[in-house]
Amino acid sequence: MHSVSIRSLDLAFGSVKVLKDLDLDIHDGEFLVLLGSSGCGKSTLLNCIAGLLDPTDGQIFIKERNVTWLEPSERGIGMVFQSYALYPQMSVEGNLSFGLKNAGLPKAEIAERVARAAKILQIEPLLKRKPGALSGGQRQRVAIGRALVRDVDVFLFDEPLSNLDAKLRADLRVEIKRLHQKLENTMIYVTHDQVEAMTLADRIAIMKGGQIMQLDTPAEIYNRPRNRYVAGFIGSPSMNFLDGGLSDGVFETGGERFDISGYPFEGAATGPAEMGIRPEHVATGHDLDGLPIQADVTVELVEPMGSDTQVWTTLAGQSFRFRMDGQAEIRDGDTIRIGIDPTKASFFDKKSELRL
Amino acid sequence: MTDTRLTPASRLLEGPRGPKPTRRLSGRNIMLYGTLIVMAAYYALPLYVMVVTSLKGMPEIRMGNIFAPPVEITFEPWVKAWSEACTGINCDGLSRGFWNSVQILIPSVILSIAVASVNGYALSKWRFPGSEVFFTILMIGVFIPYQVMIYPIVILLRELGLYGSLWGLVLVHTIFGMPLLTLLFRNYFTSVPDELFKAARVDGAGFWGIYFRIMLPMALPILVVAMILQVTGIWNDFLFGVIYTKPEIYPMTVQLNNIVNSVQGVKEYNVNMAATLLTGLVPLTIYFVSGKLFVRGIAAGAVKG
Ligand SMILES: Nc1ncnc2c1ncn2[C@@H]1O[C@H](COP(=O)(O)OP(=O)(O)OP(=O)(O)O)[C@@H](O)[C@H]1O
Ligand SMILES: [Mg+2]
Repeated sequence: MHSVSIRSLDLAFGSVKVLKDLDLDIHDGEFLVLLGSSGCGKSTLLNCIAGLLDPTDGQIFIKERNVTWLEPSERGIGMVFQSYALYPQMSVEGNLSFGLKNAGLPKAEIAERVARAAKILQIEPLLKRKPGALSGGQRQRVAIGRALVRDVDVFLFDEPLSNLDAKLRADLRVEIKRLHQKLENTMIYVTHDQVEAMTLADRIAIMKGGQIMQLDTPAEIYNRPRNRYVAGFIGSPSMNFLDGGLSDGVFETGGERFDISGYPFEGAATGPAEMGIRPEHVATGHDLDGLPIQADVTVELVEPMGSDTQVWTTLAGQSFRFRMDGQAEIRDGDTIRIGIDPTKASFFDKKSELRL
Repeated sequence: MTDTRLTPASRLLEGPRGPKPTRRLSGRNIMLYGTLIVMAAYYALPLYVMVVTSLKGMPEIRMGNIFAPPVEITFEPWVKAWSEACTGINCDGLSRGFWNSVQILIPSVILSIAVASVNGYALSKWRFPGSEVFFTILMIGVFIPYQVMIYPIVILLRELGLYGSLWGLVLVHTIFGMPLLTLLFRNYFTSVPDELFKAARVDGAGFWGIYFRIMLPMALPILVVAMILQVTGIWNDFLFGVIYTKPEIYPMTVQLNNIVNSVQGVKEYNVNMAATLLTGLVPLTIYFVSGKLFVRGIAAGAVKG
């Protein structure tokens, strides 16, 4: 059963089309992350699902019910915002119970639900305080609690952690994941933080220009990006791309010929193409053994990052980065032999930018 | 000589340290305080003369020195101004005008602020088709000199059967306060984060629910500002009072004018001064009382959710 279904959704602000013929099916109990660069329409899509924006065209179903024309409060959704959006003049308790009061629930039930949410989120000691007297992390917990008390099928998060510092962000990320395991309801989560997306998601939808580029599991998106945009977007540091031409199990680039016969092409593969190699998939030292593509490169720049080291160099006349162990002793000007496993690479058609 | 022996490190310890000293008597300060003192004197002196004169008897005033403090303090002029001074046929002082003004002021302030705050809220958070046009028209209203509207409004009030009545004047004040107050509220509510408004909608609050439960409680500072504007504006109004009401319900300002400009008998300067001070007392009190509230309101509103 689908929890949320979106059918050919269009949305335009005046003449600017922000969502274009967008289709999306989200399974029951799924944690779906909407990931994309700034301005690609993630928040807009989320607001459409919430009913805060009216689509220009298309339909939205929640639990198989057409909610396209329903008010936000009638859709069975709870929403958590980036700026927390707590009602400043109400206590934490007032914030949590506001929606329930509006729904006309009996007092006893409201008290019970608030208490339960407060317990789950460990904000019981804060119930009497005003939002102004809370830390950022506590505020965001209350904001999550406000969605939690409403006992909804679908949780919508719009970059809930991006106002927090790195440490707190990591903590709350884990908490949200636990919450999802416990509640087992559907969560749609907008972020432009890859780490959040990879760690939280059952599936990730990569958006660009109001369209979904790829909808897949994090592993699939990482290993088999469907097009060049997704390949370049996912992964940090990002993927290396080498320009060249394909013919018969050989990739020619910058005068070099790489033997790529192990790569599982999906169809005929000849002509101009780009080869994508993730910096972490480049082998050095003992790992080189048996790799069909090997080359000697000169180290141009070294960026030590503690656990690992990023090395900048030139391969086949093109800028190229790779990752080494943090303990590796390496200096600018050194020459080092690197190797590439073609099965871990990705090839994209130069013209259509699609995966080959 | 010592300088040459200083190592660079110890030289760092020499020289300026700690807060930068401020020069008290700089040219800038002299200019600033000079201007402030002159301005203060400019406003305070007439007030002083008024207070002093209002506490003197007529014989003392005739001696001529308007700056001299009263030899014999008397409150007679104040009593007379309040309850005995004659305007036209009535001789019951300013008290009648005071109560008329109160009766005009209270409904006008409440009505204009209530309508304008709802307007501002709707215009900032519920963009409806045509809301931009509506707003533009209102804004043009801010710049139209109200003299051009005087006569059309006379006709309008006559058609409504409100001409010459207290409620007619209330309506006029509400209408004329609308553009500026709406602008004030709209700008204030625009600064309330959209996400707060969205959260309330997800929580099932409707137009009025959000207005009363979320927006109004956050709007205290701007409510106080609007109140100060309206109370002083309406209380000090003279023109609309003269034009749209009749003698029995003239507001205080109009009555003050009638007392001061009455041509019969001797000019009682002390009574005139007392009457003027009495009329100015209400806006003055509002400033004193709500000035504090205003600051407190801003401080309370500064907590972002
Ligand atoms: N009210 C609006 N009127 C006009 N254009 C808008 C409006 N809201 C958003 N847009 C435009 O729609 C596009 C998508 O906006 P959206 O807020 O969905 O982006 P986003 O993916 O959430 O970005 P971010 O990561 O920065 O939050 C942007 O180009 C934005 O300028
Ligand atoms: Mg956004």
